[in-house]
Amino acid sequence: MTDAAIVEQGESAHRSLWGDVWVQFRSHKGAMAGTIIFGLICLLVAVGPYIHTIDAQYLDYRAKNAGMSWAHPLGTDNYGRDMFAQILQGGRTSLAVGLTAMVISLVIGTLVGVLAGYFRWLDGPLMRLTDLFLALPLLPLLLVIVMLFRDTLRAAFGPETGIFLLIVGVIGLTSWMQTARIVRGDVLALKEREFVLAAKSIGTPPRRIISRHVMPNVLSPIMVSATLGIANAIITESAVSFLGLGFPPDYPTWGQLVFQNQNFIDLHPERPIIPAIAISLTVISVNFMGDGLRDALDPRIRGR
Amino acid sequence: MLNYTIRRLMFAIPTLFVISFIIFAILDLSPGDPTGNLPLTIPPDVREKIRESLGLGQPFPIRYLKWCQQFFVNEPLNLIENWTGWTIGDGERLRVTSWSTRSPVVDLIAERMPQTLWVVGMSYVVAILIAIPIGVISAYRQYSLFDQIGTFVSMVGFSVPTFFTGLILIVVFSVNLGWLPSVYDTTHKVTDWSSFWVQVRQMAMPTMVLALATTAQLSRFMRASMLDNLNQDYVRTARAKGLRERSVVLIHVLRNSMIPVVTVIALGVPAIFGGAIITEQIFKVNGLGALLIIGIQGADIPLVQTLTFLFAVLIVFFNLIADLLYGILDPRIRYD
Repeated sequence: MTDAAIVEQGESAHRSLWGDVWVQFRSHKGAMAGTIIFGLICLLVAVGPYIHTIDAQYLDYRAKNAGMSWAHPLGTDNYGRDMFAQILQGGRTSLAVGLTAMVISLVIGTLVGVLAGYFRWLDGPLMRLTDLFLALPLLPLLLVIVMLFRDTLRAAFGPETGIFLLIVGVIGLTSWMQTARIVRGDVLALKEREFVLAAKSIGTPPRRIISRHVMPNVLSPIMVSATLGIANAIITESAVSFLGLGFPPDYPTWGQLVFQNQNFIDLHPERPIIPAIAISLTVISVNFMGDGLRDALDPRIRGR
Repeated sequence: MLNYTIRRLMFAIPTLFVISFIIFAILDLSPGDPTGNLPLTIPPDVREKIRESLGLGQPFPIRYLKWCQQFFVNEPLNLIENWTGWTIGDGERLRVTSWSTRSPVVDLIAERMPQTLWVVGMSYVVAILIAIPIGVISAYRQYSLFDQIGTFVSMVGFSVPTFFTGLILIVVFSVNLGWLPSVYDTTHKVTDWSSFWVQVRQMAMPTMVLALATTAQLSRFMRASMLDNLNQDYVRTARAKGLRERSVVLIHVLRNSMIPVVTVIALGVPAIFGGAIITEQIFKVNGLGALLIIGIQGADIPLVQTLTFLFAVLIVFFNLIADLLYGILDPRIRYD
C-alpha cells in the first residue's frame, strides 16, 4: 500500500470503515489473487454445466477411458463418464457443502459465543460444552456418524438430499468451537465498553443491545472465521469422501472423484489429480482471502 | 503447579467419561443391525442368540457400564499381567471383543500400533526439524525472498489436503521415477542394512506427506513467535552489551520463542494421529487409521468405540501436557 493512496483516500470527502477495509484488502496481493481465483471457480462451476451440457452421469461405454478431445475436454473415466462434466458437477456439491456447513457452524458458534460472553450465568456451562466438543476426536466421529446414519437419512429425505444434509450437518456441528471462543472473547471485552454501558443505562433490553451494539462489532472476527470455515468444510468433506464414506458414487464431489479415480493413478494420473487440484486451489484461495481479510479488518495494521 | 495439575486431572477424568458416553450413545443410536450382514437363512431365534452373544441383549445403561468395566478395569489389569507376569485374581476377565474377528480389541490395536507410531512419530520429528529453522530464518529476515517463499509455501502446505500431496508424491516417485514403493509393506522385517534401506524407502513418502502438513503449521507459528520476541527490549539489551548476533538470536530469542511453539507441538500430536487416518489409506499402511476404517465399514462397534475413545484420550492427555508445559516453561504463567 502506497502512502499516496492513503492520503488521497483520506482527503477525498468520505471514508467509511468498509471503504478502508476494502482499500487495505486490495493492497494484499495474495488476498486479491485468492478472491479472483475463488470467484472464477465459483463462476465456472455455476455457469459451466450450461455450456458443457454433457450429463455427468451419462455412461458412454464406447467412449470409456478416452483422452482429451473437443467432445470430452478432460477425457472420460472407466465407465465412459465425461470427467469435465463430473468435475463441474462435483464442484457444485463441494462448494455447496462448504458454504452451507460454514453457515451452520457460524450460526452455532456466534450464538454460543454471544450468549456465553453476554450472560454470565451461561458462560460456565457453554464454555465447558465448547471444551468438551474440542476434546472429541472429530474425524473418526464424523466417519462413524456418516456411516451409521447414512441409510436412515437417505430413506427419509431421498438419496441425494439425505446424504447432503447429513454431511453438512455433521461438519457444521463439529466445527463451531473456534468461532464460539473468539466471539466470546470479543463480547466479553465489548460488554465493558462505554457505548454498551450507556445503552444499558437507558434501559435497552439485552436482545436489542446484542443486535444493535454487540453484533456489528464482532462481525469482523466472524467474517474471518467464515473464510476459514469454508476451507475447513471443503477439506473435511473431501477427506470423508476420499475415505469412501461420503457421497455415493453416482453423486460426484471433488473428494469423491479423487477416491474413485485413485486406482487408475499409474495409467491416468490426471484423473485423480485434476479434482485434487480443484480442491487445493479453492482452499488456498479461500485461505488467502481469509488472511487478507484478517489484515484488512485489524485496525492496528490497516492504514499503516 | 502440583495443585493445578491435580485440578486439571480432576477435570480431565469426568470429561473422558462424558466423551466415552457420547461415543457409546452415538454408536448405540445407530439404526444398523450387527446381524444384518449374516445370511437370511438363519432362523430368528438363532439370530436372537447371536445378538445376545454379542452382548446386545441388555438395556443401554448396563451395556455402557459393562464396557466401562471392561475398558477401564479389565484391560489395564490384563496389560499389567502381560508386562509383569503376575496373576491378579483368577486371570479370567471379560475383555472388549471385536465383533468381526472375535479377538480382544486391545490385541488388535497393539498389533497395529507400531506401524502408526513409526510413521506418525517420524513425520512429527521430521516436521519439527524442518519447521523450526524455516520459522527462525523467515522471521529473522522478515520480508526477504526466503521469507516470502517460505510464507507462501507454508500457506500452500497448510491448505492442500494430505491426499493430494500423497497422490502427487506417488505419481512422481513411484509411477514416473520408480524410486519409492507406493504401498507400505508391514510384514517387512529389518534384519540388515539392505532391509533397513527398504524400510527407509517405504517410510519416506508417508512420513513426508504427514510432515509437510505439520511443517506448514509449525513454521507459521515459529515465525510469528520469533517476530514477537525479536522486537522486545531484552533483545536490544543483549545486542547493546555486545553479544554476538548468533547468541542473541539462537540463545536469547529462540529459547523464548520456543515456549508457545512447544505447546503447539504438544497440541498437534492428536491432530496428526487423525491425519494419519488419511495417509494410511493412501499408502495402504495397515495402522490404527486403517483399523478404524475397517471397523467402521464392518460396523464393528466395540472396535470403533474403543479406537475413537483412544483418540479422545490422546486429545485430552496432550491438552493437559500442553497446559502444564506452558506453566513449566514460562515463568510468567502462574496457575495457582
